[in-house]
Amino acid sequence: MTWRIAPFALAVAGLLAAPILTAAARQAQQPSEISTVISSDSAGTPPRYAVPDFVALTPDAADIAKTIGQVLWDDLNFEREFYMIPRDTYGSVPQARTPEQVPFAAWRELGADGVVFGTVQRTGNDLRIQVRLFSVRSRQSVFAKEYAGTANNPRLYAHTISDEIHDQQRGLKGVARTKLAFVSDRNGVALGGTVENRQVKEIYIADYDGANQRRVTVSRQLNITPSWSPDARALAYTTYRPNPDIFISMIYQGVLQNPTKSVGTNYLPVFSPDGKQIAFMSGRDGNPEIYVMNVDGSNLRRLTNHPAEDGSPTWSPSGSQIAFTSGRTGKPQIYIMNAADGSGLQRVTVNESEADRPTWSPAPFNQIAFAARTGPGYDIKLLEVSTGKIDRLTNGEGSNESPAFAPGGRHLAFSSTRGGRTQIYTIGRDGRGLRQITREGNNQMPAWSN
Amino acid sequence: MKHTTIVVALILTVATTAACGKKKVATGPQPPPIPRPDAPAAVTPNPPAPQRVEDTAPVQPRIADDSILNKSLDDLNRDSPLKPVFFQLDSAELDDAGRAIASDNAAVLKKYTTWGITIEGHCDERGTAEYNLALGERRAVAVKTYLSSLGISPDRIRTVSYGKEFPFDMGHTEEAWARNRRGHFVITSK
Repeated sequence: MTWRIAPFALAVAGLLAAPILTAAARQAQQPSEISTVISSDSAGTPPRYAVPDFVALTPDAADIAKTIGQVLWDDLNFEREFYMIPRDTYGSVPQARTPEQVPFAAWRELGADGVVFGTVQRTGNDLRIQVRLFSVRSRQSVFAKEYAGTANNPRLYAHTISDEIHDQQRGLKGVARTKLAFVSDRNGVALGGTVENRQVKEIYIADYDGANQRRVTVSRQLNITPSWSPDARALAYTTYRPNPDIFISMIYQGVLQNPTKSVGTNYLPVFSPDGKQIAFMSGRDGNPEIYVMNVDGSNLRRLTNHPAEDGSPTWSPSGSQIAFTSGRTGKPQIYIMNAADGSGLQRVTVNESEADRPTWSPAPFNQIAFAARTGPGYDIKLLEVSTGKIDRLTNGEGSNESPAFAPGGRHLAFSSTRGGRTQIYTIGRDGRGLRQITREGNNQMPAWSN
Repeated sequence: MKHTTIVVALILTVATTAACGKKKVATGPQPPPIPRPDAPAAVTPNPPAPQRVEDTAPVQPRIADDSILNKSLDDLNRDSPLKPVFFQLDSAELDDAGRAIASDNAAVLKKYTTWGITIEGHCDERGTAEYNLALGERRAVAVKTYLSSLGISPDRIRTVSYGKEFPFDMGHTEEAWARNRRGHFVITSK
């Protein structure tokens, strides 16, 4: 990664009536600055935002200016904190070339409460991007930032702006700069050997919106069940070489680690929330059981001991508990135990014919998403851990499996066969806002980075 | 066509020559059998029984032991003397049929004591991908445990679960699912 994004406070003195916001300034914010938050005219409805194309200050920045405007609109729309006025309705609004020209009256007529004005200046492969968020009512800038970096990935500027607007306007950690990891057979490479129909599967990553998909494993083997480290710098996954084993790939350094060192069979690694431990399934003692180890493979301990299969571990937000799937009643159900020693075992799904592949939400929620048998296939359901209340997120379209929470717990990714092949989708925690992320080959087992 | 004609002509020539040669060796026509005194004399003798034409098509030889030893691992596994063990839905228990197949495989492994094998646990597509990794692991281990009980050293056996990642039958029928719930034997060293 050659990314170099440095947010700078705007040095254009006298241009803006509102205070220039820096990270330090935001931390020092007092309640008196609440006026910098754009609200809607009527209480209870989200503020209405407009994001027109950014203005290209140099002719070679035209495409980038258009891309950033569109991606920023999509990012803001994804979180559903604002009502985003559709971009194809901006035709009646004259385009501003400078901040002073922003036609507030025309935006007001469209019903906008907030409008973004941004510029893109390109010098060679370097970009300089300025952006302001104006309150249409007060005609004042409530957010102003400048970014400098390369032109390699213009979308990242939009993602950064979106996250910072959500932070400043809503106190919300946006997910626009997060990534999805998943498993794909899109290369269509057959595995060597004597059995036909064995396709290589590799781990891919993409931006949270599906852009910039690229492969991170190149072993031409079966590589499945990716899991992000909490710092989003590493992926742990199951790789068959040909013994199923756990590898950790530091994807931005090109370093590969093998903490399980080919002892027995090892599958389904998941990082603990503090990134120091990995829970996984292993058959090393003669039956699939849940184990925990430090990321370097030390301090190994076994947490389950039952002749049925125990698999698919997932950590609670605090890291003190682990949920997992067990077949000990004859059908897969979800159980919780203490991460320290496997004590405190309790079954948490009681009314499902099959409940499998739990994934525990991040705080502030305390929910377990899982795949529930609802017919020939599965649907994604959410279990409220403290009350046992269950909500259904998908409704029998195809088979829906492998839920993964976005950081903050407001969205989930999952795989679905609803379109024929298996693809990755994202959805809001309320079941709204379905987006298809992948289209090439079959794609499964998503993991959402911090 | 020209070539075919020539070949046919050659074959005919050879056949004729062979027939001539045979005649020279033969001792001439057999004398008629002497009628037995108690046989009804008035009855016209039956025509001789039609001569039996031997089917000269080559018979596929059974795999001889030494040919197994000469085969590459790839060839061995392509037409493996070790047969897959099949499982019931959601089960990792060997049933009678499964134990019989595993016993046959154990006999082969006792004959070829240098062979190392991997038992692959496979599942049908109906469970989740992750659960099937665990179920496939139990299936592979169940086969290994049974082979061990029959005297095959566990050191010769590796297990791996492929879950539902590598179905043998790409269909979505009961038959396809039954074919895909298996412990599959792969010879990995010999």
